[in-house]
Amino acid sequence: MTDEPATTASPAARSSRAVILARIREALRVPAPPPHMLDRQLVTAAEPPTASQPDRGSGFPTLSVLPAEAGRPWLPDGGATPEERLALLTDNLEKLRAVVHRCGSADEAGSVVAELARSNSWQRVAFHHDPLIEPLVPQLPCEVVEVDGADGSDKHRLEACDAGISSCELLVAQTGSILVSSRLSGGRGLSILPHVHVVVAHTSQIFGTLGDALEATKARHGGQLPSMLSFITGPSRTGDIERILVLGAHGPKELHVILIG
Amino acid sequence: MNHKRTGAMTTIQHTAASTSHETGKKPPAEAASHRGAAPKRQFLLDAAAHVADTGHRTFVNSALGGYYKSRDAQKARYRDWEHARDAASLAKWTAVNRLDELLEQFTSRFEAHGGTVHWAANAEEARSIILGLVRKADAKAIIKSKCMTSEEIHLNAALEEEGYGVVESDLGEFIQQLRGEPPYHFVFPCMHVRRDEISTLFHDNLGSEPTDSPEELTMIARRHMRQLYVNADVGITGANFLVAETGQISITENEGNARLTAALPKMHIALAGIEKVVANLDDLSVLLPMLATAGAGQPMTCYNTLYSGPRREGECDGPEEMHLVLLDNARTALLADAEQRDALQCIRCGACLNVCPIFKNVGGFTYGTTYQGPIGSVITPHLRGLADWNHLSGASSLCGACSDACPVRIDIHHHLLHNRRNAARTAPNWLEKIGHRLFVVVASRPWLFRIAGWIARHTMGLARRLKPPLVREWLASRDLPSPPAESFRTAWRRRQQAAAGAASSHRSQPRP
Ligand code: SF4
Repeated sequence: MTDEPATTASPAARSSRAVILARIREALRVPAPPPHMLDRQLVTAAEPPTASQPDRGSGFPTLSVLPAEAGRPWLPDGGATPEERLALLTDNLEKLRAVVHRCGSADEAGSVVAELARSNSWQRVAFHHDPLIEPLVPQLPCEVVEVDGADGSDKHRLEACDAGISSCELLVAQTGSILVSSRLSGGRGLSILPHVHVVVAHTSQIFGTLGDALEATKARHGGQLPSMLSFITGPSRTGDIERILVLGAHGPKELHVILIG
Repeated sequence: MNHKRTGAMTTIQHTAASTSHETGKKPPAEAASHRGAAPKRQFLLDAAAHVADTGHRTFVNSALGGYYKSRDAQKARYRDWEHARDAASLAKWTAVNRLDELLEQFTSRFEAHGGTVHWAANAEEARSIILGLVRKADAKAIIKSKCMTSEEIHLNAALEEEGYGVVESDLGEFIQQLRGEPPYHFVFPCMHVRRDEISTLFHDNLGSEPTDSPEELTMIARRHMRQLYVNADVGITGANFLVAETGQISITENEGNARLTAALPKMHIALAGIEKVVANLDDLSVLLPMLATAGAGQPMTCYNTLYSGPRREGECDGPEEMHLVLLDNARTALLADAEQRDALQCIRCGACLNVCPIFKNVGGFTYGTTYQGPIGSVITPHLRGLADWNHLSGASSLCGACSDACPVRIDIHHHLLHNRRNAARTAPNWLEKIGHRLFVVVASRPWLFRIAGWIARHTMGLARRLKPPLVREWLASRDLPSPPAESFRTAWRRRQQAAAGAASSHRSQPRP
């Protein structure tokens, strides 16, 4: 073994790429039997290739050629109206052991967060710049750390924080998930390293299904997706010891969702 | 303490020797089994020992009890689970059958975001790529989140051999690393370990107070791990999906350890099999919930994270470099078998293990493979050779529970039959062959069949008493029925005659 780091630039790596792709093409020359499905109606746009029609051209069916089933009426429900979505989201979050706080205004949200800080005697709280979060910060009765401030995010300082307050891209009613991103939610560490994660969101950010959420995220960021997009579905958990549920394995033990509006 | 050869994580160092027991002194790739003996013989020995251990089986089954309940509850939330399986099956089938095209698309989009893709034809190459990257980063400490592909290539042993300390951060994998054992189940790595054993393990290795609370044990690991995340220079993760459309990798987890592993160190290395690619981001809106429901009885796992490269301009943290290692390691051999190509659709949810009567009786270690259970029995002969691993095709009652459980509709139990057939073609068993020939001769001649039946009826009792070879093995765990007094054909003829007699006497009676 040499001490030279392997990179894609090395001839060996380039040839492995060629070798693997050649093996794949060779293997795929024999067409596979059609996919196992109960309901072949699903494949409407194009019949999958068969032995008699082994073309692997662009006429291939993909999941996206099933728009006839908008909303995918076979997945769990995502709610038809904003009210239904809000109710579904709240219900799902509570089942996941997240705590939902409904607030009429940013002011009210500020006092909810301040009260959380007081009752849990938080010493230090991390946050990032966001129009939903900035108004809450002055009310906090403790030291605050700004992760996207001038000197950037220091992971040692962030580790010492009791809680992190972030905004989110959107929320998903169907699964009770919160989508955070490295661009709009204060980077990668803020929503995972502190012991408590507080999400501040507006009810207008609630989407019905995961499919809608992914579509909207692509549309928002275009070709420049954030380097990290994470669906958070409840506080961190593990069942590794005797399959018994324990919250707070490595990520936040508590997840508070503050819904304004 | 700071030099990599002494290892920054001294508490873990002493387990390095025991962790590598799976490979011993042999080069990792050559180690067929972690136990030395021929895989088949070892399978039979371990299975017998495990089946006799009723305490262990009861423990594992009760641990699975909670899973069945939550899985059923979550499945009920789907408006049509079977239809969802169709969609998941189609999405993965499409991806596997367009693998070359999608991998190239994925690679160019991933690299456009600043990450680097490395292609590894086999385990050896993947290890040397990762070692090269770790050296380049001058790593003092490596943190790793759950990655079965790294078990497949024996990555930890290779890193430790070079003097790098590597800590498994997933709780189950951490416990297995401290125990010096491979994972018992590829989703629930330490489901066979009792809490008192974990308490002793933590007491001995981390100096914690003994406790019998799973919550307290989890917190001990949490406290131990936090500084390790912050101080690690390299984070290694797996990947559950590679999205060709957007060039993102998707990682599914519950604990948050993979999030931390990919957030704090300055280099992120992900390792994934080439079959992980899917065509569209939208495919995940079906696959992510189904993976969680089938695998762990959850609506979604806690963290489903998409990464597309290192920290970007304007983001306040994240790694400076991101590398993805794409591993073939005989997956293309499985791809070349069109009949069993759908086995590459596997999303490693573990559902087929959880419902398998064989897995529940022989346990995860008996398989001696990286991937246990029904799907492991299907793919291991392809990945490691049919001659040595064909016995796994027999480790099935062919009940089909695995195929029913599979969210992507892999025809698992039929593939076990296909492997048996292929093995019979390539390496026929002479005893079986002669037996079948004889059967054909006898069964196609009624007079011979009659004589053979008569002999069988009159010697079965004797065989039960004398236990000659072949019969002895059968009798070890089963009984021979008492021989019937007459052949089926005699009994049938008598029955027909009696019925005819009854019918004619019925007809002759006057109607009321
Ligand atoms: S074969 Fe199917 S059930 Fe088994 S792990 Fe793979 S996806 Fe899950």
